[in-house]
Amino acid sequence: MLQQLVNGLILGSVYALLALGYTMVYGIIKLINFAHGDIYMMGAFMGYFLINSLQLNFFLALILAMGGTALLGVLIEYLAYRPLRNSTRIAALITAIGVSFLLEYGMVFFVGANTRPFPQVIQTVRYTLGPISVSNIQLMILGISIVLMLALQFIVQKTKMGKAMRAVSVDSDAAQLMGINVNRTISFTFALGSALAGAAGVLIALYYNSLEPLMGLTPGIKSFVAAVLGGIGIIPGAALGGFVIGLLETFATAIGLSDFRDAIVYAILIVILLIRPAGLLGKNVKEKV
Amino acid sequence: MKKNLRVNLIWAGILIVIYALLSLLVSIGILNLFYIQILEQIGINIILAVGLNLIVGFSGQFSLGHAGFMAIGAYAAAILGQQSPTYGAFFGAMILGAVLAGAVALVVGIPTLRLKGDYLAIATLGVSEIIRILIVNGDSLTNGAAGILGIPAFTTWQLVYLFVVITTIFTLNFLRSPMGRATLAVREDEIAAESMGVNTTKVKVIAFVFGAMTAAIAGSLQAGFIGSVVPKDYSFTNTINVLIIVVFGGLGSMTGTILAAIVLGILNMVLQDFSSIRMIIYSLALILVMIFRPGGLLGTWEFSLKKLLNKKEAN
Repeated sequence: MLQQLVNGLILGSVYALLALGYTMVYGIIKLINFAHGDIYMMGAFMGYFLINSLQLNFFLALILAMGGTALLGVLIEYLAYRPLRNSTRIAALITAIGVSFLLEYGMVFFVGANTRPFPQVIQTVRYTLGPISVSNIQLMILGISIVLMLALQFIVQKTKMGKAMRAVSVDSDAAQLMGINVNRTISFTFALGSALAGAAGVLIALYYNSLEPLMGLTPGIKSFVAAVLGGIGIIPGAALGGFVIGLLETFATAIGLSDFRDAIVYAILIVILLIRPAGLLGKNVKEKV
Repeated sequence: MKKNLRVNLIWAGILIVIYALLSLLVSIGILNLFYIQILEQIGINIILAVGLNLIVGFSGQFSLGHAGFMAIGAYAAAILGQQSPTYGAFFGAMILGAVLAGAVALVVGIPTLRLKGDYLAIATLGVSEIIRILIVNGDSLTNGAAGILGIPAFTTWQLVYLFVVITTIFTLNFLRSPMGRATLAVREDEIAAESMGVNTTKVKVIAFVFGAMTAAIAGSLQAGFIGSVVPKDYSFTNTINVLIIVVFGGLGSMTGTILAAIVLGILNMVLQDFSSIRMIIYSLALILVMIFRPGGLLGTWEFSLKKLLNKKEAN
């Protein structure tokens, strides 16, 4: 059982990284960024090619992949979402699905649909501590995730840009009147969220030793559930939701329901929407006309 | 009243002429088996897209669960059709599938449609995945990931034609009923509709349930058409294929939906050998249509015989 707790925490930290991107983008422009899971996939492929063809060190590749996905996120926002900022939410959501499919099938076209192994650049070492056993890769994933989450918390709470992000998510018109460059703030949000997704992609590809163009679909939806569970738009909520989903999923596997573990995550979403739509950390906001 | 009767009679005439024309082309062999299959697929896509357009285009809610509701109808037809290969069983399965899909839609719709925002999109996506996972793990009832093969070929092009006509008439009449007008009001401005006394949740739930039931009917037809059901045929990609038809035709235009289903059906036939590029083209087109014409190609424009006749008389 303790072992499952550890595995759940590792998986949860990756969901948390993805959920943070969802929640930040939703908080600031009220869009479910369907392409977020595919940015995670792109991150994994960037890491793969950087390590395989340029023989880079893993950490350097991780940082470069994060930079690459940040750039990709900004580009997607600029080309696809920005022209739709004032149109209906359905139009924006359909565009996001279009972007997601473009990334998926674009990658299928260029690199093929088959699953490939991720280069094992880090020698796996297992540490046994009484009843639990952890590998160095697992510890690294947990460590990197926590460092990134703390860095994000610092950026959002302590820097000027973070203040601008929070202001725009409360009221973008008022923020603009106060002299905040809304477009730049939104671009920055996409860059941050996408970089986290890219990091999650590289880490998961290394952990499971596999990557393919459609790998982002299911984790994308699950981490969205995590974001809703924590309260969408609330940054600590997304991290909490990610860990809860990760733990639930590993426990479902542990009690022999591994065939149904995805179904359980989706069922949780419906239950939250039924009993507490604002999420665990959210507050109910009354709508004003 | 008399004018309405005349318009309806002309429409009935047009439908009979199309039917006669198709029968003629089939009987003299211009439309061979290959083309008949494409026609049937187009018809099934029309039913699916009309149902989805009712939810997305007319009531302004976003459902991504169409493939799941389709799967319910398809599996109902497959399981019952295999046990007794009669049309009675097939139509029974169709009704059963539609009722089941409607019930699932009701259970999901009531909590999610009360909320603001795009929760329905994700919740329905989750539901359609749950349905797929249950089917994959359904043991002997659904035969797991291998699916059910050898379903009797119930679906003929006449049957598809009949159902296309029935669904379209039902949907159009629904939209012209008081409930349908309320649905359009909710799409335009939910708060204004609510303050005029429209029960917005009820209206949205009814449109959603109705759309889900048409999806199940289309699913049954598809099972009788292909002759097999496999869980992976009812994945998220399938929903997107229907969504593409709705978006191209116009969110809130029945005329557009039917035209888009026909055009895309022919386009799919031409692009059959380029399936990998096809998805890239479609997803790019999806983005571009949304950026440059967010209402879809035809917007909410409808072809109306009545207006056409009125115009003629005025001249």
